[in-house]
Amino acid sequence: MIFCLGGEALTYSLGQVELDGIEEVLKTDLIDVGVHCVFLIDMAGNIIASLDNGKNQHDIYSLAALAAGNFGAVSTMAKIIGEEEFSLLFHKGQKESIHFSKVLTDFLLITIFGQEISLGFLRLKVAEAIEKIKETLGPSLEV
Amino acid sequence: MAFVNLKNKEVQVKIVYYGPGRGGKTTNLEYIYKKFNSRIKTEMITIKTQGDRTLFFDFLPLGLGKIKGHEIKIQLYTVPGQVKYNATRRLVLRGVDGVVFVADSMAVRRKHNILSLKNLQENLAAYNKSIFKIPLVMQYNKRDLASQGIPLLSVATLQKDLNSKLKAPALEASALEGKNVTETLKKIILLTVASLERELQ
Repeated sequence: MIFCLGGEALTYSLGQVELDGIEEVLKTDLIDVGVHCVFLIDMAGNIIASLDNGKNQHDIYSLAALAAGNFGAVSTMAKIIGEEEFSLLFHKGQKESIHFSKVLTDFLLITIFGQEISLGFLRLKVAEAIEKIKETLGPSLEV
Repeated sequence: MAFVNLKNKEVQVKIVYYGPGRGGKTTNLEYIYKKFNSRIKTEMITIKTQGDRTLFFDFLPLGLGKIKGHEIKIQLYTVPGQVKYNATRRLVLRGVDGVVFVADSMAVRRKHNILSLKNLQENLAAYNKSIFKIPLVMQYNKRDLASQGIPLLSVATLQKDLNSKLKAPALEASALEGKNVTETLKKIILLTVASLERELQ
């Protein structure tokens, strides 16, 4: 069950059915194809759902806070140069890389992956997962 | 905006320490980190300039245990106090559930306190939030400096400057010595959780 409260709302919540649906998508579309760790957060840095492959575990609370801040900072940069936003971000590391993608208006899907997956394939799978997450949650999730 | 995970029975709450530069926001979090080390499973995140000033934010997640069957996860943030970093301050305030305003008691910082509070009001308004409605605690920091002969603003002056209309709970504190740091934290958590409970009912 989703409580969606606009304006000055203080809280929003997601129930078992929605969260199970999201986790299933994250597992089948991303973890099962080789993504190490994936999490869905809101722009305040709260974690909605997170999954990993059991081998690569990270401090996701800190990652979520930094990811939300990072995405916010880059969005402000986008506005300065006349763009509404950059809807996709990618940081490449030697072994692990991070990909950020916006979901609806207030959420971010963050995937951490290694060299086994190409960026192109990951982007394809992330796009598919996002469509399914949107379907699962519906437009009423926008907060 | 707090997120309630009904599956895991978990509530995530965001509390931001706001105030003028060099007022002691980071010192508050450092004290909390040291004191509650056993409850904090991760490192405190700080994004600083080379000169050791907060550039973006500090972040400290704190598990509170269960309240009414829900695991409460408090996320503590600070903002950069320097005037020029307003864009980042505004970003950190996104989704905030409760605010601690850390005022600097030094007499020479009087104007900075007032400007920072006004800035908080403006930045909250950007997210359609009212400074009069959000859970807020005032902390008058650096009271320990009186013993070193440094001129301080009286509590009455601070109350008049910052809290005459807001009428938020106010505490005298010394973040460096840890005086009233925990009490400030408890107060803002109580106010914020009570506010969320009202919202959820």
